[in-house]
Amino acid sequence: MTGLWRMIGQRLLLGMLTLFIISVVIFGATELLPGDLARELLGQSATEETLAALREQLGLNDPAPVRYWNWLTGVLQGDFGLSMATQKPISELVGARLGNTLFLALYAAALSIPLSLLLGVLAALWRNSVFDRASNALALTAISFPEFFVAYILILWLAQTGLFPSMVRITGATTTGDLLYSAFLPALTLTLVVTAHMMRMTRAAIINLLASPYIEMARLKGMSPMRVVLRHAVPNALAPIINVVALNLAYLITGVVVVEVVFVYPGLGQLMIDAVTNRDIPVVQAIALIFAAAYVLLNLLADVLSTVTNPRLMHRT
Amino acid sequence: MTNLTFPRGMTRRGLLKGGVALTAAGLILPAHMALAQTEPKKGGVFRVGIGHGSSTDGYDPGLWDQLFVQTFAAARHNYLIEIAADGNLVPEIAESWDSADGATWVFRIRQGVSFHSGKALTPDDVVASLNHHRGDASTSAVKPYFDPVTDIRVDGQNVVVTLNAPNADFPYLMSDYHLPVMPGMDGKIDPASTDGCGGYIVESYEPGVQATLNRNPNYWKPDRAHFDQIVLLTILDPAARLNALMTSEVDTIDQVDPASISLLESRGVARILSISGNAHYCFPMDARAAPFTDNNVRMALKYAFDRQELVDKILAGHGSVANDNPIGPANRYFFAGMEAKAYDPDKAKFHLKEAGMDKLEVTLSAANAAFSGAVDAAVLMSEKAAAANITITVDRVPDDGYWDNVWMKKPFCASYWGGRPVEDQMFTTAYLSGASWNESFWSNEAFDKLLVAARSELDDAKRRGMYQEMQRLVSFEGSTIIPMYNNYVMALANTVATPEKVSNNWNLDGFRCVERWWFA
Repeated sequence: MTGLWRMIGQRLLLGMLTLFIISVVIFGATELLPGDLARELLGQSATEETLAALREQLGLNDPAPVRYWNWLTGVLQGDFGLSMATQKPISELVGARLGNTLFLALYAAALSIPLSLLLGVLAALWRNSVFDRASNALALTAISFPEFFVAYILILWLAQTGLFPSMVRITGATTTGDLLYSAFLPALTLTLVVTAHMMRMTRAAIINLLASPYIEMARLKGMSPMRVVLRHAVPNALAPIINVVALNLAYLITGVVVVEVVFVYPGLGQLMIDAVTNRDIPVVQAIALIFAAAYVLLNLLADVLSTVTNPRLMHRT
Repeated sequence: MTNLTFPRGMTRRGLLKGGVALTAAGLILPAHMALAQTEPKKGGVFRVGIGHGSSTDGYDPGLWDQLFVQTFAAARHNYLIEIAADGNLVPEIAESWDSADGATWVFRIRQGVSFHSGKALTPDDVVASLNHHRGDASTSAVKPYFDPVTDIRVDGQNVVVTLNAPNADFPYLMSDYHLPVMPGMDGKIDPASTDGCGGYIVESYEPGVQATLNRNPNYWKPDRAHFDQIVLLTILDPAARLNALMTSEVDTIDQVDPASISLLESRGVARILSISGNAHYCFPMDARAAPFTDNNVRMALKYAFDRQELVDKILAGHGSVANDNPIGPANRYFFAGMEAKAYDPDKAKFHLKEAGMDKLEVTLSAANAAFSGAVDAAVLMSEKAAAANITITVDRVPDDGYWDNVWMKKPFCASYWGGRPVEDQMFTTAYLSGASWNESFWSNEAFDKLLVAARSELDDAKRRGMYQEMQRLVSFEGSTIIPMYNNYVMALANTVATPEKVSNNWNLDGFRCVERWWFA
């Protein structure tokens, strides 16, 4: 067990290092963006004098390393600082959006993970059957369309007929029930987009195992095919499945800006685009760090879980 | 019932050729608007889907720059002066205004108006609100309006503004959307406050997402602000906006994509409101950079493309041909009788010859950030110009950073203006020599002199003559190609009723749909 904790500790430290390097990269990249915040804030009709006044006020005239250092020390103390554009605490700006993004990600995950595992197991069980081919073809078709296209098709079929709303409104009075209903279409869109990947990985991992001698043994014992798959194949196939699920979860958190725009969903992606177009660098950095942290943590979780589910790795010390 | 609200007989060329009575020109609502004739009814939740808004928006009036914050402001604030739907000034917080010499302006402040917080509005609040845009430390976009202002003071129930030179249009400037009356504290307003004296009180606001406001029960205007609640939603994606209207998630949307207008009309759930105003799309040429230094080159370009084609294809007919004139049909002194410039390759060649050239090669930088369809417009122009031996190479540049890296940096690019209700405002902003936003860097001594002289000219007929001469100068000697006025195109659910006249000075009934419209 201590080995496991040591591994988690090591991974966390490495994750921190990764995040630090990412923060440098992000800062460098945002420095390369043309244009400046003052101009974006005041718009096309701003004069040089007002621009200069605003730049001075926002501290944009400091050299880049100084600004980076100020920001980094703030983050280490848990303070992301103020948004340059709105002068509001970034934690406040990002907090609500992060909640929305996580909600949508979890909603889509709750739909897509059981669905793809089920389809994957059944497809492996009945491989090369009509069911296997049909579910494969459908999943691949769904993943091959661009997200916005899937979204518009769903709006045409399910929103314009009045079954589900075409846009999501989240206010203080929105209950979880309302939200589950109004966010169904974006969650379904994401489900269609991520299902193929997980389902095919599940199917491949199980089919791979079905050729092993111990499965042969189980069959020879006279077990039912379902039992063979569920009791003997699935536990050993968990590691690759967990990894692909973690990757897709990270994608659901970080890569859904198109779906957010089409369904007017107030998530982190839209906030990041706003921040980039307005050159609100601290917000961009904060969100990029959150995204990077999501990848690092989910990968860490996937590693730990695949170790835990594999006794050979657990008792290796 | 959902025809264009711009009657066919009065479009485009009709406006330019005929010299129609132009004070009425914006407006536009023919007989099928029977809805509009009914008495306003109270009640309902009015939801507007707006194609602007960003999480960086804020409450500071000096920084407002797009339709979401402008409409949000009109819902919660009042201004000194309102521009009525017919283009005339009407009293709002200022009961009346007067000036003996055009340089000292006295605004009489209305009594009995209170802010949402309950505080009574005083002339001191007005002074504090105006001073927010004055001075070196101000970051306001309308700071230049206050450059000529030497003093603002309270005199009893009046606010007295002193200018360093007469300006007959000063009250018009006071109607600008940047200048709401906000509560003052020790001579300053709190730019982060939501407090105003408008028809609706802010319940919640999430920048870049939505704003919800409830009717102000103590609103001083009895015949305005008919809705119980206003919900403004940012919906950036044009298709999402259209979907929201068709699935009854919102009652009104702005900026309908011209390509989808006929589709929307065929569904019968909404009607299109297409309002011609002063907004225009343009292509400034840097008058300091060869070959645009020569007016003959500029004239050759002005004759070398088909304006009507641009209106038909880029605006889908929701606009009108412009004659390189930034003063639009909604302006008081619009010069309708000016000689039109039709597509004429021979004239273009003639001007090229005058400039000592037989062919011309220029590069036009365009991005759709300038206006929707700018790149297509540039391509159309380059196709047509070829017949006049003019090669226009279209340089497609990124949207991101367009106003920083291309506009006023490249010698020939695309741009747009929302138009201004006052001629002086438009010219001073973009055509006066050395003005900060003089995007073509054009400089003309005769024009500059006329502009200054017209400000203090109080005789209306003489002023009209001066402004017409200025429009002629910009059109025939200026360095900006202005091929078209773009309409404000909105879509309204059938339940939404509007007054007979819808304002054309800005989008969404001059931002005041929230206050002027109702549910039938």
